[in-house]
Amino acid sequence: MSGPEVVVQARGVSKVFAKGGVTALQDIDLDVARGEFVSLIGPSGCGKSTLLRVIGDLVEPTAGEILVNGKPAHRARLDRDYGIVFQAAVLYDWRTVAKNIALPLELLGWSRARRAERVAEMLELVELEGFERHYPWQLSGGMQQRVSIARALSFSPALLLMDEPFGALDEMTRERLNDELLRIWAETGSTVIFVTHSISEAVYLSTRVVVMSARPGRITTVIPIDLAQPRTFATREDPRFFELVTEVREALHAGGADV
Amino acid sequence: MTIVFAVGLVSWQWVLPFLGVERYLLPPLTDVLEALWDARSELLRGARITFSEAIGGFVIGCSVAFACALGLARWRPLGNALMPYMVAANAVPIVAFAPITNAWFGTLSPWSKVVIAAILCFFPVLVNTLRGLTSVRPEALELMRSYAAPQRVVFRRVRIPNSLPFVLSALKIASVLAMIGAVVGDYFGGSTEALGVMIVSSVSLAQYETAWAAILVASVLGIAFYGAVALVERLVLGWHPSIRAGVE
Ligand SMILES: Nc1ncnc2c1ncn2[C@@H]1O[C@H](COP(=O)(O)OP(=O)(O)OP(=O)(O)O)[C@@H](O)[C@H]1O
Ligand SMILES: [Mg+2]
Repeated sequence: MSGPEVVVQARGVSKVFAKGGVTALQDIDLDVARGEFVSLIGPSGCGKSTLLRVIGDLVEPTAGEILVNGKPAHRARLDRDYGIVFQAAVLYDWRTVAKNIALPLELLGWSRARRAERVAEMLELVELEGFERHYPWQLSGGMQQRVSIARALSFSPALLLMDEPFGALDEMTRERLNDELLRIWAETGSTVIFVTHSISEAVYLSTRVVVMSARPGRITTVIPIDLAQPRTFATREDPRFFELVTEVREALHAGGADV
Repeated sequence: MTIVFAVGLVSWQWVLPFLGVERYLLPPLTDVLEALWDARSELLRGARITFSEAIGGFVIGCSVAFACALGLARWRPLGNALMPYMVAANAVPIVAFAPITNAWFGTLSPWSKVVIAAILCFFPVLVNTLRGLTSVRPEALELMRSYAAPQRVVFRRVRIPNSLPFVLSALKIASVLAMIGAVVGDYFGGSTEALGVMIVSSVSLAQYETAWAAILVASVLGIAFYGAVALVERLVLGWHPSIRAGVE
């Protein structure tokens, strides 16, 4: 294969929900290359979560085609090609932190020793050493979300789908987890598709920002983010950062205006 | 709590007779305890019989209910179609069927009481378990889908653990109902040695002290049964916030 390898390929994807007859997605074309960090941003209800679910084969598209790692999305799901993180940390209350992280590994049939080793690595990665025996309700919201990120990463999926993972967190925690996520992304070399409501978060994290408009949900603009890697505290004060934030904001408003 | 208990006992023993409460209404505590001691071997035998009926009904009723709930949760259209009837059946006064089960299994057979106890246990356990199995957050199921987990695994790893708090509170209700079913079943006839039969016959012979002694035994058994299930709940739901918060 020449050029960057394509991880996600969406071709003319549409989704109409029979219930309510809402056109959540219309004619979505999107390519995501290996190692990219792509953010989806758009007004509430524009179909960001739906697009993520279609890519993950959790929702059937009404029309169009999705290829993940060159395979149909269905095949990719059965091959466990991606890890997913939802807006609220979906942890299983009856499992300790360690067992929540180990769940996908159990389903993959890993041995106990191998699981324990990987869980220890993951706890270190998300800086939760010492909490392995805690239950989810004993953790703060940010810690819970880090557990669900650790779980999504535990089986090293090449693709990470994240639906507003930090939406419910305060600004301080959010910025810290942003940096943690970027560090993990750089260390693991994975590909990330990241849904957010925050323009600055999208610009700070991404290599590309995909701007969507509402009803029907379409991609209006794709903005490459040419800020230097790795992103640091200084990035947030870079004049270029503000230019890009403005560019994304204007694209969002342009998208909203023609609805 | 201890004070309330003591005051209760004192008024039972001295205040009620002083107020002129007749012996057939409620005999003094010491007389009941005396009857308890005198009839201890009969009461013990009766307790064994009636308690086995209750346990038998509890085990059968609860396990059949759990199995049915699994089936109805697995095939949702069936579950949705049957649910209203289950809820309605849950509201039927099932002890009213006790004379009928006597007719089915024979008055002297313990099975007529076991079946009444089992039916009493069945509906609350079924309805609660089904609710527990189906009230799973959609994202929790989507996550399992993203792992390509088959239904069997979804049940084992998500639906069944999710249902456990519901199941255990239903089991506590069922433990009480099973005792009620067994004793009331006895009232409609049974082996003369059973606890419920003893209560009825003692009353008809005006042996109120013995009747109260038997009621006392049945109550203690009922509380002990409930307590045992509550203990199991604590052990099984060690992860549950309500339990943990209580312990620490
Ligand atoms: N399961 C469903 N059944 C019917 N309609 C749905 C369903 N899921 C989403 N929709 C509709 O599809 C549209 C897009 O929803 P989606 O959740 O993808 O939006 P979103 O961009 O993620 O919004 P938000 O930013 O608020 O999370 C909405 O109008 C919503 O009402
Ligand atoms: Mg959403």
